Amino acid sequence: MELWSLLWGGGGCSLLGPPSSAGRSVPAFKQLAQPRSWPAGAEQRRSQDFLGNQETAIMAGKPTLHYFDGRGRMEAIRWLLAAAGVEFEEKYIATPEDLDKLRNDGRLMFGQVPMVEIDGMELVQTRAILNYIASKHNLYGKDLKERALIDMYIEGMADLNEMIIIFPIHPPGEKEAKLALIKEKTTNRYFPAFEKVLKSHGQDYLVGNRLSRADIHLVELIYNAEELLPGVTASFPLLKALKTRISNLPNVKKFLQPGSQRKPPMNPKSLEQAKKIFRLP
Amino acid sequence: MAAKPKLHYFRGRGRMESVRWLLAAAGVEFEEEFLETREQYEKLQKDGRLLFGQVPLVEIDGMELTQTRAILSYLAAKYNLYGKDLKERVRIDMYTDGTLDLMMMVAVGAFKPPAEKEETIASAVKSAKTRYFPVFEKILKDHGEDFLVGNKFSWADIQLLEAILLVEELDASVLSDFPLLKAFKTRISNIPTIKKFLQPGSQRKPPPDSHYVAVVREILQF
Repeated sequence: MELWSLLWGGGGCSLLGPPSSAGRSVPAFKQLAQPRSWPAGAEQRRSQDFLGNQETAIMAGKPTLHYFDGRGRMEAIRWLLAAAGVEFEEKYIATPEDLDKLRNDGRLMFGQVPMVEIDGMELVQTRAILNYIASKHNLYGKDLKERALIDMYIEGMADLNEMIIIFPIHPPGEKEAKLALIKEKTTNRYFPAFEKVLKSHGQDYLVGNRLSRADIHLVELIYNAEELLPGVTASFPLLKALKTRISNLPNVKKFLQPGSQRKPPMNPKSLEQAKKIFRLP
Repeated sequence: MAAKPKLHYFRGRGRMESVRWLLAAAGVEFEEEFLETREQYEKLQKDGRLLFGQVPLVEIDGMELTQTRAILSYLAAKYNLYGKDLKERVRIDMYTDGTLDLMMMVAVGAFKPPAEKEETIASAVKSAKTRYFPVFEKILKDHGEDFLVGNKFSWADIQLLEAILLVEELDASVLSDFPLLKAFKTRISNIPTIKKFLQPGSQRKPPPDSHYVAVVREILQF
């Protein structure tokens, strides 16, 4: 498993196929032939070898996501930003050299991605990034106790999501067993827990009768689980209803449509690509 | 007077140790109920006290909190160890997430077969020396302050000290290239609440031994 945590710790995976649909406005990663020089004090403009879209992003105050063109650990961040109605840019890591450069430039605190440029900071560690975004956009409960509940729920979701994220990387011989494990955990541990929470208060949202990151992360998780295990939500009516409700929120609805920045699942080709980027056998 | 927090876990470090550190550093007295049998564990589950069927579980302020990070974040915020604003908080989150990753590498090592265990330990020590400790050394160097964030004692400092001591148990020389971390270690260890926690007789738990591993395996059945 260490190999895979290296893979995920050091980066996500790269989906280097053609863009999933025309009209996706994600800028391609490019480098200028010569670095520009910036005026002193332009702290935020360190990415001086990126093209104009990066400058625009910074000047417009849009967060910029640094990751592979794929889901991995960045997808939860994309979901949250999208649900919060926050426009963001993406800079894709396409080669091992791209990742090296970020590291050598000292932009990755622990040498790992995801990394998100936001509000003058270069944030790493998925949880730290999500916590920041959620707090900033009032999706983290109204007080400490609501936050504790949200944290408890989302940590459970993260545990299951982790299994799902890593699933494609297992060698073929292990996949069946891993899938059975994911199914077992989903249907016996996690989905029942969240169904019970919704049942206990009968409200439209998991915490505090108000939309929070917990709802966003859960709906993302439901979609992910359904991709792997079709029909898995069948015996969880309240989860189904939550999924429908959240999917119909305008920002989420938009994100779920083709042409958004939502990424497709990994496929064998993109897995090969990812291994190349990580220089893995 | 509010009831003391109550911790439910095995009699050992595992995922609960960071919680013990944080409570102790904050000067908060806490009780512990140790899981020693499968029956105790099953009872907690049957009584619906474990949201995802797992420990750690901490009873605090009328809540039954599970999920280590949820517990730690709550305590850090409650005891003013989480920075003064969102920007300080995100830095604390980045640092603690990093150190928690490192400590988890070590914790899982105890449950591996001997050859793998050695490899895991070596890998953790290497990560400490090449990925994590250089970062914290640089942070301290860049601002020249006594604490990691905001010139004030926070959860990040507690967790870093815990990680340093943990890795030192595996490799006593691990701080040899990190003079500021050495000074940091001394300084934070001398904070009265922490000093007390580091003394024999406190609720700090020893490193996992084969007995601990056996008990956990039996209770969790793996």
